[in-house]
Amino acid sequence: MFPIRLEQVHFTPNGRVVLSGVDLCVQGEGITLILGPNGAGKTVLLRVLAGLERIHGGCVAWNGAGTPAERIAMVFQQPVLLRTTVAENAALGLRPLGLPRAEVQRRTAEVLGRVGLIHRARDSARQLSGGERQRLALARAWAVRPRLLLLDEPTAALDPTATEAVESIVREIRTDGAKVVMTTHNLGQAMRLADDIVFMAAGRLREHSPAARFFSRPQSEEARMFIRGELPWRIAFPD
Amino acid sequence: MGATLLDAVSLLARLDPEVLAIVWLSFQVSLGATALGSLVGLPLGAWIAVTEFPGRAAVTVLLNGLMGTPPVVLGVIVYLALSRSGPLGTLGLLYSPTAMVIAQTLLVTPLIAALARQTVEDAWRDYRVELTALGFGRRLAVLTLLRDCRYSLVVAVLAGLGRAMSEVGAVMIVGGNIDGFTRVMTTAIALETAKGDLPLSIALGLVLISVVMALNALAFGLRQWAMRRYG
Repeated sequence: MFPIRLEQVHFTPNGRVVLSGVDLCVQGEGITLILGPNGAGKTVLLRVLAGLERIHGGCVAWNGAGTPAERIAMVFQQPVLLRTTVAENAALGLRPLGLPRAEVQRRTAEVLGRVGLIHRARDSARQLSGGERQRLALARAWAVRPRLLLLDEPTAALDPTATEAVESIVREIRTDGAKVVMTTHNLGQAMRLADDIVFMAAGRLREHSPAARFFSRPQSEEARMFIRGELPWRIAFPD
Repeated sequence: MGATLLDAVSLLARLDPEVLAIVWLSFQVSLGATALGSLVGLPLGAWIAVTEFPGRAAVTVLLNGLMGTPPVVLGVIVYLALSRSGPLGTLGLLYSPTAMVIAQTLLVTPLIAALARQTVEDAWRDYRVELTALGFGRRLAVLTLLRDCRYSLVVAVLAGLGRAMSEVGAVMIVGGNIDGFTRVMTTAIALETAKGDLPLSIALGLVLISVVMALNALAFGLRQWAMRRYG
């Protein structure tokens, strides 16, 4: 699976430039944060890494192969929860794996315990709060024991307490051996979580560097302005 | 008018055997047809909803169009297929309850499939990326969506049952409205009204309306309960 290499990737649905000439190499450990303003192309880049988007130029290779060979899990900003119990939602990702029923139950109970939702296993998933929903989505992803976990702004709509809970779970998943790639436009979160930062603006990858260096000595002018909160909208959202 | 209505109620109150036999056969035929129609229509609609293929739009238009097939036209087609000189004539099914089930199944399947397609397609729009990311194939996605939309799909099934129970043209042509054998509520109402036996017509009409109202109340209650339980 690793390294995942993107070379001159273009994504231009209906002629609209979403990703332009993106070169990126993702290694198999740690937490990579994709940082940038809204509309920078972060989510699409994440989907490209998951193999969910058909790109319009360039190439993507998962350890040299055209498709990912190991398990990838993805958690979205607003995860879809089925009209059923918390436990069944947590087990959703295990269905395609064809595991024995006992193993499904064991893994489901384990991940629900680790995200602090075991006491709500029999409740309806759609009655959970925003933070609980996101923890359930993480449990669902964790249950499949992914080699790569992709998170699309999982804390964008959460309060600080729920955000802290999600970040704590993300760290645990990383410790469990999964590579985590996560999008955010939250600088504080990037400082707390990131081992390395990919900075995007206007569909282009402006900078990829270790987190400490990104925040102390950003290489691009856009990154410097973004960190200072001064990135002009004309740069963030060009015509 | 008042006396006729009283006679109709009296027929129902004393559980008139003729009325019971007609009601029972109506249920057997329409429930059988709806069950078969659901068995085919629900997965078919869901499959069309989640699958991209050339001509999908045409299939969708065709399916929607078939929802409005006139029962008499379908009755004639099934009649021709089952008649002695037809391709299925050797089965000897014409003027039997089985023929009526076949006709009603063909009538309700497109309706159930079209409504299921719309419901599942709406859900698929929300779930597609997430289920694809989780590695769901088409078959598993169809099963998952059918299960998740089950309370909405009850409406599709009830619409099919309502169409089956209320149609008269198809069952009249392929069943023949034979007393004690293929006579159902709608064909009996049509015949008895023509003969002037209004109490029996009204009694059957009351049963028919009560059944339809009860089924819709049940569906409404089920949906309300599901919304409270699962959101």
